[in-house]
Amino acid sequence: MAAAAERLPGEGSRSRLGRVGRALGRGPLHLFLLLMALFWLTPTFGLLITSFRSSAASAESGWWTVFTEPRQLTLEPYKEVLANESLVQALFNTLYITVPASLLVVLIAALAAYAFAWIDFKGREPLFLLIVALLIVPLQMALLPVSRLFGNLGIFGTIPAAVFFHIAFGLPFAIFLLRNFFIGIPTELLEAARIDGASELGIFTRIVLPLGMPAIASLLIFQFLWTWNDLLVALTFTASDAIPITVAIQQELRTFGANLDIIAPAAFLSMIVPLIVFFAFQRYFVQGLLAGSVK
Amino acid sequence: MAVLFLGPALLFVGALVIYPTLDTVGQSFRSEAGAFVGVDNYKAVAETERIKTAIKNNFIWVATAPAIITALGLMFAILTERVRYSTAIKIIVFMPMAISFLATGVIWRVMYEPSPELGFINAATGLVYNTFNGPGAYPDAKVLPDVPLEQAKPGAPIVTTEEFTAGESALIGLTAVAEDDVPADSVQAAAPQAPADGLGVVVWRDFKPGGGVPGELEQGEIGLPGADVEVLSATGEVVASGTTGSDGSVTFSGLGEGPFKAQVAESTFAQGFAGVDWLGPNLVTPAIIGAFSWMWAGFAVVVIGAGLAALPRDVLEAARVDGANEWQTFRHVTLPLLAPVLGVVFVTMVINVLKIFDIVLVTAPGASQDEANVIALEMFKTTFSSRQYGVGSAVAVLLFILVIPVMFINIRRFRREN
Repeated sequence: MAAAAERLPGEGSRSRLGRVGRALGRGPLHLFLLLMALFWLTPTFGLLITSFRSSAASAESGWWTVFTEPRQLTLEPYKEVLANESLVQALFNTLYITVPASLLVVLIAALAAYAFAWIDFKGREPLFLLIVALLIVPLQMALLPVSRLFGNLGIFGTIPAAVFFHIAFGLPFAIFLLRNFFIGIPTELLEAARIDGASELGIFTRIVLPLGMPAIASLLIFQFLWTWNDLLVALTFTASDAIPITVAIQQELRTFGANLDIIAPAAFLSMIVPLIVFFAFQRYFVQGLLAGSVK
Repeated sequence: MAVLFLGPALLFVGALVIYPTLDTVGQSFRSEAGAFVGVDNYKAVAETERIKTAIKNNFIWVATAPAIITALGLMFAILTERVRYSTAIKIIVFMPMAISFLATGVIWRVMYEPSPELGFINAATGLVYNTFNGPGAYPDAKVLPDVPLEQAKPGAPIVTTEEFTAGESALIGLTAVAEDDVPADSVQAAAPQAPADGLGVVVWRDFKPGGGVPGELEQGEIGLPGADVEVLSATGEVVASGTTGSDGSVTFSGLGEGPFKAQVAESTFAQGFAGVDWLGPNLVTPAIIGAFSWMWAGFAVVVIGAGLAALPRDVLEAARVDGANEWQTFRHVTLPLLAPVLGVVFVTMVINVLKIFDIVLVTAPGASQDEANVIALEMFKTTFSSRQYGVGSAVAVLLFILVIPVMFINIRRFRREN
């Protein structure tokens, strides 16, 4: 307060002028960022609007005409999609593939990462280098042999087939991420537990897992989004009533225009869960990205 | 002990990653029936047109997308650092990362619709295009046969074949004028009173209910306002120009004796913006690269933004104290310090782009799938649609070989950090 009172007359207005001047100088920057933000939002917004229009309306005019004729908007496409048993089944299949695949990757990788970080065994170093090398193996390298293998096992075309493949190809990244995090856990904590006679499994469940939670959460979200959004693995390993929503939508694409009233709402429904996960756990998602942008 | 912890992971990775990878390498030297065929499958890869297109396209992808995305990320990271709402902008740009390639493909197919009526990109392009090069007043108008007028080709100027001298009026009757193009204020056409030292021109719709006589200005035929008329000298130079009024007439004075010809200029017949076929054979790859960049720019923004936040403030301050301006600080301090982060983003995008698959399959319409082809997509089609297991495996191995340098970069980086 005292400082404000002691200010020379005129100084306040001068700094205010300075602020206005700076803001004006920044005008182009603000305008540019605003336009870019609009540009980035427009495509998704366009699909959202399209998903509330009939294919006939979409074949006649652009989605932006709803601003002048809002009566085009209808819930009919969503009703139709939700009444379509195979599409609803496909949405559930996505869930049935994603949940076990994400949880199992995290569990299996956490066990392995613990061994790589805290258990001394012969060949640890080369084995971990192998995991690092596997990080970027294109999954195209495995599609054909694994298809044959699953065929022989009698699980080709089923949900477990997709789950197993997602686990296998999720593991190298998951082990890499978790091992790098686990290795940062203070040695004293583990040594103390070992002296107290805790078993390795006890140390894993009572010390490493709780302390590793931030990394585990990042990984879980990463893996969840990755699996939820997958098309290639599902296209290869699932068939008929086991296909997830991405494959179901892909099958409608051949007649894009005519099926737009199914494709658009179905695509939007498939986006809702990842968007919720993204907004709810954004921090962990970003941490996962920063921890290892190598996949 | 370690075996218990490692067992499940090794089982999955061994059976579903390592063994199949080796098996694919083996299959790439064998026929479908299993006979050893040497490098025949690789020869087929090198000689098949579709695969060559795929390799060429992957090259285009690698040459453009990582650079575009890294540049976008750097731009957004630097610019948003200066405003208070940077988080909001980052979230907006980052959001497409959460959705699938399939959804991105669907979103951009709607954006890229070829008709300006339906596709937002074409509507926006058309808005800009038409501002500078708008459609003419009568884009569809033509001349009738057997009248003294000529038009070299559709859209070219319509010129009188006869010559006129000062004080005369030229008649230019058009046909095939769309009803929608005729303005409401147009009235009965009338030949103007030509000034003694100039020319009169009337442009009218040479048609009335019942037909009328071609080339003759009759009662019941209306003038065409808004047509761009030019007067040509004997040498074919434009000596005067004007626009017709509501009765279709326009007069020019002070031209001299003549002889003159009159024409309705090209601009009157200009077609408006018809829309670019973004997903057609010629532009499909750049168009999909655009959609991909929209999706991944957020990744670059977040990673580069984090790198920017971690820069040592005192170094930047020191540069400013030493009198460096914003650009110099950016160019000589920020950029070199950020180089490792930019490298990580770039390399990550190179791997991503080499393996690009879903977005091409989904965004490219059936008619331009072959032109948009990429290696990962070709591997899938050759193996599972054409059932050429040997060639498909060779394509997969090609993809693997392309990412192997990155594998070594990863291993070296890991060894250095530990």
